[in-house]
Amino acid sequence: MRNLYTLKKYFTRYKKKLFLGFIFILLSNAGSVYVPLLLKDSINALQQNTSEGVLLKYGLMIVGASLFAGFFRFLIRETIIVVSREIEFDLRKDFWAHIQKLPLRYFQNTSTGNIMAHATNDINAVRMFLGPAVMYSTDTFIRLMIVLTIMILLNVELTIFALLPLPFLSIVVFILGKKIHQRFTLIQEKFSELTTIVQENFSGIRVIKAYVREESESEKYAENSKDYLNKKMSLVRVQALIMPILFLITGISIIIVIWFGGIKVIDGEMNLGEMTAFIVYLGILIWPMIAVGWVINIVQQAEASMKRINIILAKPYEIEDTEISDHAISKLKGNIEFKNVSFRYNEHLPEIIKDFNLKIPSGSSLAIMGYTGSGKTSLINLIPRLYDCTEGEVLIDGYNVKTIPLGTLRTNIGMVQQEPFLFSDSVTNNISYGLKEIDEKRVKKVSEIANFDNDVEQFPHKYETVVGERGITFSGGQKQRCSLARALAIDPQILILDDSFSAIDTHTEEEILKNLKEFLNGKTSIIISHRISTVKDADNIIVLDEGKIAEQGTHDELIALDGIYADLHFKQMLEKELTELN
Amino acid sequence: MSSNDYKSEEEILGKAYDSKLMKRLLGYIKPYKKYVIFAILLNIIVAALGPVRPYLTKIAVDDYIVNSDYTGLLYIGLALFASLLLQAVIQYFLTYYTQYLGQRTLYDLRTQIFNHIQKLALKFFDRTPIGRIVTRATNDVEALGELFSSGIVMVFSDIFIIIWILAFMFFMDVKLSLVTLSVLPVLIYGTFLFRRKVRESYRDVRLHLARLNSYMQEHVTGMSAVHIFHKEKDELKKFSSINNDYRTANINSIFYYAIFYPSVEILSAVAVGMIIWYGGGEIIQGSLTIGVLFAFIQYTEMFFRPIRDLSEKYNIMQTAMASSERIFKLLDNETFIKNPDKPVNLGKVKGSIEFKDVWFAYNDDDYVLKDISFSINPGETIAIVGHTGAGKTSIINILTRFYDINKGNILVDGIDIEKVDKKELRKHISIVLQDVFLFSGNIESNINLDKEEISREKVIEAAKIVGADEFVKNLPAKYDEEVKERGATLSVGQKQLISFARALAYDPQILILDEATSSVDTETEQLIQKAIEKLLVGRTAIVIAHRLSTIQNADKIIVLHKGEIRESGNHQELLAKRGIYYKLYQLQYKDQEVAVS
Repeated sequence: MRNLYTLKKYFTRYKKKLFLGFIFILLSNAGSVYVPLLLKDSINALQQNTSEGVLLKYGLMIVGASLFAGFFRFLIRETIIVVSREIEFDLRKDFWAHIQKLPLRYFQNTSTGNIMAHATNDINAVRMFLGPAVMYSTDTFIRLMIVLTIMILLNVELTIFALLPLPFLSIVVFILGKKIHQRFTLIQEKFSELTTIVQENFSGIRVIKAYVREESESEKYAENSKDYLNKKMSLVRVQALIMPILFLITGISIIIVIWFGGIKVIDGEMNLGEMTAFIVYLGILIWPMIAVGWVINIVQQAEASMKRINIILAKPYEIEDTEISDHAISKLKGNIEFKNVSFRYNEHLPEIIKDFNLKIPSGSSLAIMGYTGSGKTSLINLIPRLYDCTEGEVLIDGYNVKTIPLGTLRTNIGMVQQEPFLFSDSVTNNISYGLKEIDEKRVKKVSEIANFDNDVEQFPHKYETVVGERGITFSGGQKQRCSLARALAIDPQILILDDSFSAIDTHTEEEILKNLKEFLNGKTSIIISHRISTVKDADNIIVLDEGKIAEQGTHDELIALDGIYADLHFKQMLEKELTELN
Repeated sequence: MSSNDYKSEEEILGKAYDSKLMKRLLGYIKPYKKYVIFAILLNIIVAALGPVRPYLTKIAVDDYIVNSDYTGLLYIGLALFASLLLQAVIQYFLTYYTQYLGQRTLYDLRTQIFNHIQKLALKFFDRTPIGRIVTRATNDVEALGELFSSGIVMVFSDIFIIIWILAFMFFMDVKLSLVTLSVLPVLIYGTFLFRRKVRESYRDVRLHLARLNSYMQEHVTGMSAVHIFHKEKDELKKFSSINNDYRTANINSIFYYAIFYPSVEILSAVAVGMIIWYGGGEIIQGSLTIGVLFAFIQYTEMFFRPIRDLSEKYNIMQTAMASSERIFKLLDNETFIKNPDKPVNLGKVKGSIEFKDVWFAYNDDDYVLKDISFSINPGETIAIVGHTGAGKTSIINILTRFYDINKGNILVDGIDIEKVDKKELRKHISIVLQDVFLFSGNIESNINLDKEEISREKVIEAAKIVGADEFVKNLPAKYDEEVKERGATLSVGQKQLISFARALAYDPQILILDEATSSVDTETEQLIQKAIEKLLVGRTAIVIAHRLSTIQNADKIIVLHKGEIRESGNHQELLAKRGIYYKLYQLQYKDQEVAVS
């Protein structure tokens, strides 16, 4: 229960409504418990040859008592269950607010499915505890107390005999519930095994077809499917017990009342009305008894889920504004400096950036080249603090980036990632994502710079076209140009392009670069690319190799150096020739 | 799971009954028809055991308690107990039995779907996301479970229970029965109204849940964009508004439940009230006994449950219909590579291959191979080289009939491969793909792919020849070492050696090798080169070559460019031409020369 204790603050938030809910439970039970007493009186009256008027009165009173009970039962759901939805809302909001601030490292190491499972299944399990479990356990307790009191008042002996079997009901539900849960887990495991087989088979279908293994694969699948069937049946064996046992136990209680109570009626110790009341009370108690076992299982599952949620909520943000943040910094000029910077993704992994030093003067352009895995992306990720360097410091305008408020830092940097992510929203909304409000003129202008405007004009709904909807899938090049426009829209002082032209043909690329020249006037730019054509005009070009600068200079200087850069240049010329050859 | 999967859930709620689909679904129960009939008959009997008890209590009250008959009361007690016990036992076996029938049917369906999908041509797999296929074969089948196992039989059982109750009630007192049942139209109408409202609000809840999920899904994937543009605050606002819509939808649906359940209770109280008033009046007049009143009060309780549960059954049907529609659509897909009606027997294959004016396109007439002709003598190795997109992989795909060509012929030992059973054809050809696919299992099962004829000895022998035995020997469990999904624990080089061993163990006459471009360390590189040499000995081989050594050892090199054969010859001849090959050589292979020397 330790983990569920976290929920206390939420409960406190709604304590008034919850308190009302408990009052309603009390009132509703008062009404429903009165009905059997009315039945008793009417049957007793019948035996004393009463009048039709009295019977009508009893009939109406029964309906009245039920109406009273039903009205409050309605209010119970409208308070307690509603509160559970309120708390679910709060909890999910807090969860998401926290998730959002976790560093990118977290998202790289955790699968989307995993995060989704917490946000849906775990929160749902907690909700079941908040609503139904709280409602039924309170209801059960109150009802049991009232009914027991009345039954004892009516006849102590018969109460004891009649209730004797009922605790077994709770025990059976609890034990079977546990067994069912265990077997259910086994079934789920087997099911995911089955899914894996299917997944593997279909992913490796080429190998299977090439080696003609279809039949043995079918046999394997059938075997596992059979195993799944058997596991299911082992669950059924337990599950099928529940209803019959339930009937049996409650039925025995009723038989006891009829037989033992009947004897008492014959002996004159009790009257027929009281016996009827007993039978009806037993009916009222059955469901609460079942609920006890059920509630225990829900609480156990909620506890486990809450534990998983708490673990996430306890994760530190890592990258955030701290007491060293200098909130006086509001505008950046774009003088970037790397000072003895080293970086690794975690202590078990090798260094990606090693003792790196570089100055990028404000208003200049830097191009970075290098093989896959040479550390290009890792390096530029340090500037907007998507990651923090492990050693050394990254400075902008002389300030350590860690002292610049995150908001200032990131709104001054426009970044286009290697695999840009667009939201399934309209083109306008995507491009103005970084803006405070939508500025259609600006959207149009930056789209023109990014050479995206022509494409958009071809879309069915132009700038209102929704990305990814009904067959409107953007090509890689369109995605890149759209996200370039998005980065340009915020008019950043520093523009970082991480291999952002890879899916764009060289001709279009040239045009974009030409457009960018004017835009970048006085701004700092960093371009990562594999293509010589992209980088050749940069003020400074560095070739990165294993986290260090291998070559540095302008295009002409690097060609003259006849190293990695020159080799790449030669090969790209060849490739160009090959592609153009018909 | 893509955001589309969440979206498609919005469309799940469709018709609850479609006679065509139902007919086809019932076809799956047909093999078990006898058992189903038996279950229904058993249901008729067991359905009577519940309703008989209130009648017995009537006898207890009227005949024994009122007449002070102790023994009679005891007998009734025993009779009640007997009916209870009998009902419990039969109920248990009946549930087990019907569940078994249902699960057994699912098993049949699952196997059928799996076998069907496996037979589909690669074209199907190219076009359909794996995730979707997996969902059809697993989750969608699962959704039919309830329909098959409890749905069909339970509907009968509910109907029989109602019939029995009616029978007992009318047998005891027709007028009182009619009075009691007068609340029934209200109950049925209320239930249907409730069902409709709940369905609407349920759809609303699902819709908002889908939005919430796809928002989360999308933003978890695109979290870096949120961070880069510093949009956390605005996004939290957006999230809260979606989260709020979901909350509101849920709270709205609470209302219907909050109204419905108490209403049912009130209705049942109305029934009881009327029994007291009208039945009591009859008792006063002496035309009814107290015991009947007693029994009727119990029947009202019994009657309400099956009707109240109707809405639940409706949901089961709805989900089942939607799933079955998707499943049947898949089963009706017949993208097969056709086998000839009278396949020609290849017999013992020598291994000559000939491509004759072959044209091939994946879509319509967007040709990726144009007028390709070449021939290979048994035992020869040819290397195919070309720039990206030249059509190299397509040659592999059509030789094994993963795809059928549009024009021309491909001959193996002079026989057109379209005249041969495709499975027989593939038995003579082994393929080593660039991207090695390992299955979860162990090392041995990944080499022999569970083919029983390939014994442990043969597996080890093959592994030794290609040099895989070296590292396998050092694994803790050797050939029994577990291979995780996709061989995550093995290095790229190790995976390649295993795939070589796999090809060798199957000992084909024809070998197709798509060399991997991924770089490995020098030591592994040498191992792989040696393994390839061993692999090629005595076989006809087509190699999509990325290794200079392989090219130099080939009998002939074919240079593909934009789907056409542009040059062919041996290494020296082609270099001398100073054409495409020369450029490719400088681009891809020259560095290896430096590395080797």
